[in-house]
Amino acid sequence: MTATQRPAAPQAGPILELDGLGVVFTTESGEVPAVRGVSLHVAPGETLALVGESGSGKSTIALAAMGLLTGNARATGSAVIAGTQVVGARESDLAALRGRTASMVFQEPATALDPLTRVGRQIAEVIRNHRDVSAKEAATEAVALLRKVGIPEPEKRAAAYPFQLSGGQRQRVVIAMAIANDPALLIADEPTTALDVTVQAEILDLLRRLAAETGTGVLLVTHNMGVVADFADRVAVMYHGEIVETGPVEDVLLRPSHDYTRRLLGAVPRLSVAEADKAAPAAAAEAPDTEPVAELRDVSVVFGRGKNAVRALDGVSLAVHPGQTLGLVGESGSGKSTASRVALGLIAPTSGTVSLFGTDLGRARSRARRALRAGIGVVLQDPVASLDARMTVGECVAEPLRVHQKGLSAKDRRSKVAAILDRVRLPRELADRAPRELSGGQRQRVSLARALVLEPRLLVADEPTSALDVSVQQAVLEVISELQDELGFACLFVSHDLAVVQHFAQRVVVLRGGRIQEQGPTGETLLHPETDYTRGLLAAVPVPDPVVQRGRRAERLAALAAGRTEVQA
Amino acid sequence: MSAVIQPGRVPGKATAPVTASGTRLAVRRFRRNRLAVVGLGVVAFFFLFCFVGPLVYSTDQTHTLLDQVNLAPSGSHWLGTDAVGHDVLGRLMYGGKVSLIVGLAAGVLATVIGTLWGAVAGYAGGWIDAVMMRVVDAGIAIPALFILLVVSAITTPDLTGLIVILGFVSWLVPSRLIRAETLSLKNRDYVLTLRAIGGTHGRAIIRHILPNSVSTIIVAATFQIADAILLVAYVSYLGLGVQPPSTDWGGMLSAGLTAAYSGYWWLIIPPGLAIILVVWAFNAIGDGLRDAFDVRGRG
Repeated sequence: MTATQRPAAPQAGPILELDGLGVVFTTESGEVPAVRGVSLHVAPGETLALVGESGSGKSTIALAAMGLLTGNARATGSAVIAGTQVVGARESDLAALRGRTASMVFQEPATALDPLTRVGRQIAEVIRNHRDVSAKEAATEAVALLRKVGIPEPEKRAAAYPFQLSGGQRQRVVIAMAIANDPALLIADEPTTALDVTVQAEILDLLRRLAAETGTGVLLVTHNMGVVADFADRVAVMYHGEIVETGPVEDVLLRPSHDYTRRLLGAVPRLSVAEADKAAPAAAAEAPDTEPVAELRDVSVVFGRGKNAVRALDGVSLAVHPGQTLGLVGESGSGKSTASRVALGLIAPTSGTVSLFGTDLGRARSRARRALRAGIGVVLQDPVASLDARMTVGECVAEPLRVHQKGLSAKDRRSKVAAILDRVRLPRELADRAPRELSGGQRQRVSLARALVLEPRLLVADEPTSALDVSVQQAVLEVISELQDELGFACLFVSHDLAVVQHFAQRVVVLRGGRIQEQGPTGETLLHPETDYTRGLLAAVPVPDPVVQRGRRAERLAALAAGRTEVQA
Repeated sequence: MSAVIQPGRVPGKATAPVTASGTRLAVRRFRRNRLAVVGLGVVAFFFLFCFVGPLVYSTDQTHTLLDQVNLAPSGSHWLGTDAVGHDVLGRLMYGGKVSLIVGLAAGVLATVIGTLWGAVAGYAGGWIDAVMMRVVDAGIAIPALFILLVVSAITTPDLTGLIVILGFVSWLVPSRLIRAETLSLKNRDYVLTLRAIGGTHGRAIIRHILPNSVSTIIVAATFQIADAILLVAYVSYLGLGVQPPSTDWGGMLSAGLTAAYSGYWWLIIPPGLAIILVVWAFNAIGDGLRDAFDVRGRG
């Protein structure tokens, strides 16, 4: 790699400077301002994190800085990249800038790459777009770039198609494309949000190393305070299209001055790393002698058959006891959602048995099985897809009553719906509204109301808050645990977020590749894990405290290095 | 996994007024499609023309009047007369009734059959789906016109027979559309939730899948009606449709063609134009409905 051809960046001034940037979207309901009067700057070699919740306008700023806004958006003010004004610039000028002086890493690596072109060629194309090199030279450079972003066997991998790579490797390829022309500015929009925590830690390490080596300025757009603590030098906090607070990462994260920042940070679930601040609910941590409400015994699930068979679950045994919350954690593909669906009877196990409330689901007749299911409530991840858009909120909540209590009069049904809406802290008037009029957090509470309207003995919650902002997540989790205290249902809580599980569950099961890695009381397992896998998983979670996080990072890297030398020895 | 970022959607602010009136929004989207609005006007005009017109402009369409054949347009016969002395303007109304009724009924019938077939195939999945869709593939491979010719050669259909036959040859395309819709809807979280708490398949189909497919069904029906009107015209043009003295636009075309070489343009252009306009209008309405529903249907 030659760094000599880097376009001359102004040495003194910032590489990105926004001054009074505003963005307005023209929609069917009129003009909607998304960003108002935003001013910020990124110096060479510096990482500025732009944080905020969904709809705060942080991604819009990233797109505006690259001149990539959609047709219905209008930018005002000024956005200058290395001396070039982006707002109102001609498309040809912008094309010369993009991928050369400034480049971008998007959230979803699966859609950022062309599925029909080999990754080596995609990187070479970026190089040849901006520099006059032969195809052969570009191909060699592409391999060097793949090596630089830590792809093993880059010569071979250059010939791979995106689908042959894992999510983390794909994001590495996207990063290789972004740095192919040694940009002075890298804009990363939620670069690790779609990735598992262990992969996220690796990608952040990579970005940090690249930025330090080349002195690239980075604008990091994220909602994850842990990522901010791990990576950023300075932080700008966005709220409703405006920046409410800017400052060095230690100041903003440890001594926030604005009220909103304080609220935001307060809502972030923190992973406890030491016994002292143990927040996990200690009660009922030991498996009680009561009969479990749901039990999986030696369950295996195989999808497909013959050569294409995939073993999604392999000898999984777990039990949820009355009044207890069992956390099911694992990375994507670990089988945690499959396990919850087996417990619900939506997926039949290939071998092993599932019992609900002491009855073997496999042996129960369909009528009896249906009756058993009156004792289950379900909350799934997607707040949009969980509710039928053609029904009113009241009809959605009343559906379980229509299934299991057919004799109920319309009046009784309405009063039950109203009562349960009260319980999940939603106004009764919402019953006549359409789900699309509600916010994500409200929708998840409607889902919860529907799940609890029959007063079930078991609530199965599959990533119920993963699509929500942290402040909303906190409110929803509070409602669930309050109602659990009141109603005493057991809960099977599936999540990829260890911090949430630590706060919420009494027992935890760690899954990996369809097998149980370990299980035990949350306090024990997540503080003193027995397996290397769980230890690695915990170490990879970034905590929203820059000082602590720095220490954790050093520890994690040391542990990884130690593991590596052991293997080599 | 991630926070969903929708540019231009500030929660609680912008979304509320937009979504408060979904129907009104759909109407507004439909109205923005100018051609669709014109299409709606054209269809309305032809319905009035065919069903109300005869009350205003009364003509004799049953008796042969040999002293008044092939008259050019004039004050007493605005569009002239045909080879047996029927007033062409009146005949256009009379035949249009048949074209519209058969087209509408056959289009709706085809959509109903297609919806049932596609919904069952998509929801059942597995080998049932495979068998049902291979039947559709086979049906699409045989040209509809060929089937119509064979059937017409065996029997002479009356109005109901024609509707049934046309319905049964054109349900294939809607069945594919509805199947695709069902496939995506049956794995929606609200259907999974319903099944997890013990809801029946019937409830899932009737309460969730069909209501959510309504926009697709309506759009499909509109295009089916256009196709059916064209198909009626084909069949009648080939002399296999409704039999004289009854007629439809296709039949008028067919009858008029023999006289075309004599320069009797008023026998061909009016029914031809009527067919083109109505078929185009239904297609435009279908486009407009698709615009109106599509965005909203995503919710």
